[in-house]
Amino acid sequence: MSNIDSEIRRILQEHGRLPVDVASLSSGQDLYQAGMTSHASVNVMLALEDHFDIEFPDSMLKRSVFESVDAISQALVELQAATAA
Amino acid sequence: MSVAVDRDQAFLDAVATIAKDVAAPNADDVDRTARFPAETVAALREVKALSAFVPEQLGGAEVSFEAVARACFTLGQSCGASGMVFAMHQIQVSTIARHLDDAPWFESYLRDLAIEQRLVASVTSEVGTGGDMGRSVAAVEPVGAGTGRFEKQAPTVSYGAYADDLLITLRRSPDAEPGDQVCVLTRKDQHTLEPTGSWDPLGMRGTCSPGYVVRAEIPLEQVLPTEFARVMNESMVPISHILWSHLWLGIASDAFERARAFVRAAAKRKPGEPLPAAIRLSELMSELSLLRAEVSSGLREFVDASTGDRSRLSEMATILRFNNLKIAASEQAPRVCQGALGVCGIVGFKNDTPFSVGRHLRDTMSACLMVANERIHQTNANLLLIAKEV
Repeated sequence: MSNIDSEIRRILQEHGRLPVDVASLSSGQDLYQAGMTSHASVNVMLALEDHFDIEFPDSMLKRSVFESVDAISQALVELQAATAA
Repeated sequence: MSVAVDRDQAFLDAVATIAKDVAAPNADDVDRTARFPAETVAALREVKALSAFVPEQLGGAEVSFEAVARACFTLGQSCGASGMVFAMHQIQVSTIARHLDDAPWFESYLRDLAIEQRLVASVTSEVGTGGDMGRSVAAVEPVGAGTGRFEKQAPTVSYGAYADDLLITLRRSPDAEPGDQVCVLTRKDQHTLEPTGSWDPLGMRGTCSPGYVVRAEIPLEQVLPTEFARVMNESMVPISHILWSHLWLGIASDAFERARAFVRAAAKRKPGEPLPAAIRLSELMSELSLLRAEVSSGLREFVDASTGDRSRLSEMATILRFNNLKIAASEQAPRVCQGALGVCGIVGFKNDTPFSVGRHLRDTMSACLMVANERIHQTNANLLLIAKEV
């Protein structure tokens, strides 16, 4: 498990208010189907922005970007690459 | 291009004739007796307006989104309840048509709808969800291979008893989370409606929207393959807000017209004399202009965001935009109607004069309750924490 992956999981555990243990979910599993509400996903986004010191542009603020650990991780990598460039 | 423009025009002409000749003369009776506007819906069926949104290759007219929005405005001017029934039906049809995703059952359903001019109602609200359409209690329970059943307690189902079919939101399965929803379509011969309340409301009386327990057993091919969360963001919510706003604008515009007719009549009686009501009418016009501007810019932005990749409709800034359209229009429309009452005075207050605006005021007062503005503000407050360019 990559470092970024485990950070995302920690944030999900803390803010995602999922009815299941985040560790039990695979990286590609749909978080919304697992019970993350859209209200909780807003808190996840805020926590991710704070922790990684990034800002999700509006074009990334949509359901598909936050629907799995993989999707979040991909978005973060893209954002960090854009910041470094 | 010109074929599409002609098609839109023919559709709009037909709806305008029905609004004037059928909906308007029956509007007061529909309101007074809280009855379904059956003759207006029959006339709309006659001109095949119920399949306006169905793609041409499936037998529909495939008119533009702008034309359907305009038709809601036109019907709203004549009879708010007729406009609302028409708008709600079109919301369900466009939702299915935009999310077909090669689902063969739904394709053939739309063909039937176009031929038989079937009327579709929706069952999205549910007891126990606090008015949140994005959550369900009732679920599709599997019974044997390829069949499912459900029982849903709906606090309101608009024209449920008059609809041919119902579009119902449910949890995907008995163990699915509240937000993991699907849309299910049931035909009249498949579902039962057990009434749980009466219908004697303040306004929008012709929509006949009491509560029901809805039960059905259906083949699973009648479950729309696209998850409801996407259907809701990309279609159902923004389209509802736009079509509703258009018919509220229609009602408010008719109230304004009645006020204008009142002032003109007074001016003709005493030409040249000062007329305080004329000033109030001018003030009212600026209120109406605000509503018009918001409704027409909402429509334009939706059409732009819908072309090509629809994913923009799921972005938070876009969700905020169309939520704000609903809040603004639902607050402004009754304000305009009340202003019209202020202009007309007692003849506006009475229910049997050419200047009566009581029905308009009562009908538009339902606007802030249809998906309660409080709930929308809650959602927006949350989204504003993270959206940037708003």
